[in-house]
Amino acid sequence: MRVLIEQARCCGAGQCVLAAPDIFDQREEDGIVILLQENPPEESRADVLQAIKVCPALAIRLED
Amino acid sequence: MSESAVTSCPFSGTREYPIKRSNPLDPAPELAEMRAAEPFAKVRLWTGQDAWLVTRYDDVRKLLTDPRVSADNTLPNFPGATPGMLAVRTKYPSFITMDVPEHTQFRRMLTGEFAVKKIEALKPRIQQVVDERIDAILAKGPPSDIVRDLTLALPITMICDLLGVPYEDQDFFHAKADLITDSRTPPDVSSKAIQELCDVYIAGLIERKNLSPTDDLLSRLVVNQLRPGHLTPIQLIGIARLLLIAGHDTSAHTMSLGILALLENPEQKQALIDDPTLINSTVEEILRYVDVTHNGRRRIATADIEIGGHVIRKGEGIIAHNAAANRDADAFPDADKFRIQRDARHHIAFGYGIHQCLGQPLARAELQILIGTLFRRIPSLALAAPISSLEFKETSFVYGVERIPVTWES
Ligand code: SF4
Repeated sequence: MRVLIEQARCCGAGQCVLAAPDIFDQREEDGIVILLQENPPEESRADVLQAIKVCPALAIRLED
Repeated sequence: MSESAVTSCPFSGTREYPIKRSNPLDPAPELAEMRAAEPFAKVRLWTGQDAWLVTRYDDVRKLLTDPRVSADNTLPNFPGATPGMLAVRTKYPSFITMDVPEHTQFRRMLTGEFAVKKIEALKPRIQQVVDERIDAILAKGPPSDIVRDLTLALPITMICDLLGVPYEDQDFFHAKADLITDSRTPPDVSSKAIQELCDVYIAGLIERKNLSPTDDLLSRLVVNQLRPGHLTPIQLIGIARLLLIAGHDTSAHTMSLGILALLENPEQKQALIDDPTLINSTVEEILRYVDVTHNGRRRIATADIEIGGHVIRKGEGIIAHNAAANRDADAFPDADKFRIQRDARHHIAFGYGIHQCLGQPLARAELQILIGTLFRRIPSLALAAPISSLEFKETSFVYGVERIPVTWES
């Protein structure tokens, strides 16, 4: 499982950090999403899917 | 259209909008009918213009993320919510009425300030304010008005802290906010309120920050954005106004209505008291259930959009109805029931798309701490008057309740 983010789209709402704090964080200066793990373990799948579902800017994708 | 055509099909006429509620904690029942039978409905606004009212969860989310859908309220035929909101938005444009790429540039000046971890660091302060307020309520004894004494006090304190606004000024800016967001306020009165709030009060604050910056968000905007010319004074006033008003009213009313929802559903209230770890899902359910932005997100189409077998034409107004979407049974089974155990995290109380509420980590932290602490410390909390006797802010852009008289076993 591979997580992809598009920082240009991100509006810094922080929903991904709440859904999957081990996988997403926000840049200190401007709150834009940063990826902590590009290939998270399989047990994080539900959290990643939740983050994708709640991200308002459609900035996160998942590739298997 | 003839009389008989209207009566034979309840959905064929253009109906007046907004539509009044019948129950204070539920959206107007007509919205559920529309969601089922006419998910794209033409409605007539206070300005006399027509707009599309969109009520299904999937459609609302699609439209709010569609690049052909604009938030630019200066476009002709934009479906403004109240005379005051329209006046304030054209005079002091802020990023909530901008589209990409301007929106991105302005919003990013603020996103860092509301990042999840920044707000995490504020939690002890939120807890302290809540504890002090509840101490005072308990010391005074029943009855209490939980709105004045608690739910308004917390977000106002936090936004004053954050922006570096004197707490003593709260009555002033809260009263102005009320006037601007109420659709009954005559245009000349809202214009005057906007002028007093923006041109005089906020402009004065900014001038003082410019002379001697302190450690707060407004000072940082003055130093990092205004001085180097990334923001004009008018733009900075627009941002400060938005943060000051949107930053306290919406959270306060979500907390007030959430407390009411718990009091009106005693078995849910008891479930939270029995298991305090339910607080996070309780807060998400409150956000889903009691949408304070009850008259919908306002947008306009900048190109023809085909959606759900309809075509929204370029230049037509759109009202993406969050509250109706949050009660869509396709997204939330048994949507009209208030159930704190459900997973409601995908609600769109904070909107959806690039304009989704910037302050949501702060709002969540305030809601979790205030509601959790209130029912932990005063589990016997009960309404001191029937809900039908309370006064709800039906005509405001931000729905809420004026007062909640409560009592408890002391
Ligand atoms: S949820 Fe989406 S928009 Fe919000 S911070 Fe994460 S990636 Fe950015």
